[in-house]
Amino acid sequence: MTIGIEHYLVVSLVLFLLGLFIVVTHRNGVRILMGVELILNSANLNFVAFNRYMPDSALSGNVFAIFVIILAAAEAVVALAIVLAVYQQFSTIHMDEISNMKH
Amino acid sequence: MGNIESLAYFIPELILTATVLAVLFADVLGGEREGFDPPANFAFVGCVAAFLAHFTLYSLPSTPLFNGILIHDPFGAFFKGFFIFCTGVTTAMVIVSREVARFKKGEFCVIILCVCIGMCLVAASRDLLMIYLSLELMSLGSYVMAGFSRKIGPSEEASLKFVLYGGVSTGIMLFGISLLYGLTGGTSFEAVRSALAGAGSGIEPIAFLALLMVLVGVGYKVAMVPFHFWAPDVYEGAPTAVTAFLSVASKGTGFALLIRFFFSVFMQPAEGGWATLAPLHFDWGLTIAVLSAITMTVGNIGAYPQTNLKRLLAYSGVAHAGYLLMGVSLMTSTGVEAVIFYLVMYLFTNMTAFFVILVVSESLGTERIAGFRGLWRGAPVAAFMMTLALFSLVGLPPTAGFVGKLYLFYAVLQQKLYWLAVIGVLNSVLSLYYYARIIKAMYLETSSETEPAVHSSPLAGLILIVMAAPVLYFGVFWNPLVEYARYCAHLMQ
Repeated sequence: MTIGIEHYLVVSLVLFLLGLFIVVTHRNGVRILMGVELILNSANLNFVAFNRYMPDSALSGNVFAIFVIILAAAEAVVALAIVLAVYQQFSTIHMDEISNMKH
Repeated sequence: MGNIESLAYFIPELILTATVLAVLFADVLGGEREGFDPPANFAFVGCVAAFLAHFTLYSLPSTPLFNGILIHDPFGAFFKGFFIFCTGVTTAMVIVSREVARFKKGEFCVIILCVCIGMCLVAASRDLLMIYLSLELMSLGSYVMAGFSRKIGPSEEASLKFVLYGGVSTGIMLFGISLLYGLTGGTSFEAVRSALAGAGSGIEPIAFLALLMVLVGVGYKVAMVPFHFWAPDVYEGAPTAVTAFLSVASKGTGFALLIRFFFSVFMQPAEGGWATLAPLHFDWGLTIAVLSAITMTVGNIGAYPQTNLKRLLAYSGVAHAGYLLMGVSLMTSTGVEAVIFYLVMYLFTNMTAFFVILVVSESLGTERIAGFRGLWRGAPVAAFMMTLALFSLVGLPPTAGFVGKLYLFYAVLQQKLYWLAVIGVLNSVLSLYYYARIIKAMYLETSSETEPAVHSSPLAGLILIVMAAPVLYFGVFWNPLVEYARYCAHLMQ
């Protein structure tokens, strides 16, 4: 059996749905971040796979993936710094327990 | 156009970049000193210079820049001016208030200037990669800004919610972009559009899925239902100056992207506006129109039980996103004109309202409606400005809000979308009640305590008048602004 574009797409779709599932079901700040990473990586897999099967030899998909990897790192830095600040303040990163605003 | 020639079209961004460096150095070298703080003032001067420089853009012809990755047209130039103006006002609010600790003001200004550059790039993007990069430049800074308040606790909670759900929404948007790339093999808008136009109808489901996924990212920025749930918490917890900035500039970015991206990727120019590309049969206009009706209704109903003013204005912001979406759903140039007019009116109105909240809450230590009771005795000017802003938000004459709504409903009726116009008018009536509650508290109720005394600097008063005067002025002499909006509605495909 040869591996075609559809196999990559199935894997990336599964990754995407797993990420979305984590984001929706979990209330822990760090777990939600991990879900976000899964979503970003599923998109990355798409870019690289599509680029491999493009008829022309342009590398725009690969370039896109590299930018996404860098930005995902930058986003993780910002998000984890905020998580750390929240933890110092509330001693928890559970989304339901840090709510001190009136609704 | 090549890189070197493009720089002439890039002067506002260059000035902002130079200002970022200047503020950074001033902040590092200045240290913690009492009295005059140079970094924030540098930032303000830089914004003024960049705003003046953006006027030179209008005389330049529309053209692609930097080998086609950005574009210059009147639409982009308008949004650049819009974002730089917002940034300048927000910087001024930070300078005159004590919300951000003094030694952090320089840091704050560096971040807000970077966010502003990101927003300017979003409005001018013409490439999927550029859209993603500039949107992230803007979002990452906004997440940090939301946590800058001295009142720790709510501010950090706001920041955390903002960054987590913001990350999810941009992730979903990125997945949609990757599908678009896979469908068309290009990343520039032109390549994507010509590939979509030439494709068979078999791509339609995937194209629609990609469109919806991109809409998630944009919907988060403009606080569109069902992606609005972050807005109340973030608006309440963030420093008031940041709330004002997010409610106006972040919403503006979303609409710039919505119009630029969807009109140049999924549409082609048609008579008097745009039409969906031939191989795609889905009714994009109707999708947005339905979302718009839901958004304004949810926003207005959500505002009813609120007792915190910032939270109330957050729901009001959701409702206004709904009104603005009405203009986008029409896919006509009249609709885009109405959106531009409404955004300008919303800028002055919302900035006035938040500025009053900032000044009053710093003196009285409360953001609750109950704290504003009998305000007109202690601070007649602030109470009057707030009333003016609220009138404009409802859409009562003689304020700019009235003219804005008039143009929006006119554009809707032109397209014979009567049901949407009826829902819009009913919503405006609905919103009257909760805005009037604030006016009633300020003028008719008396405070249980002694008269509320509001202390503000003359500088704060000056900024407030500069922000509030256009609300009244454009409500009476709206013609120049309409002409300007008509000119700025020109998009280069």
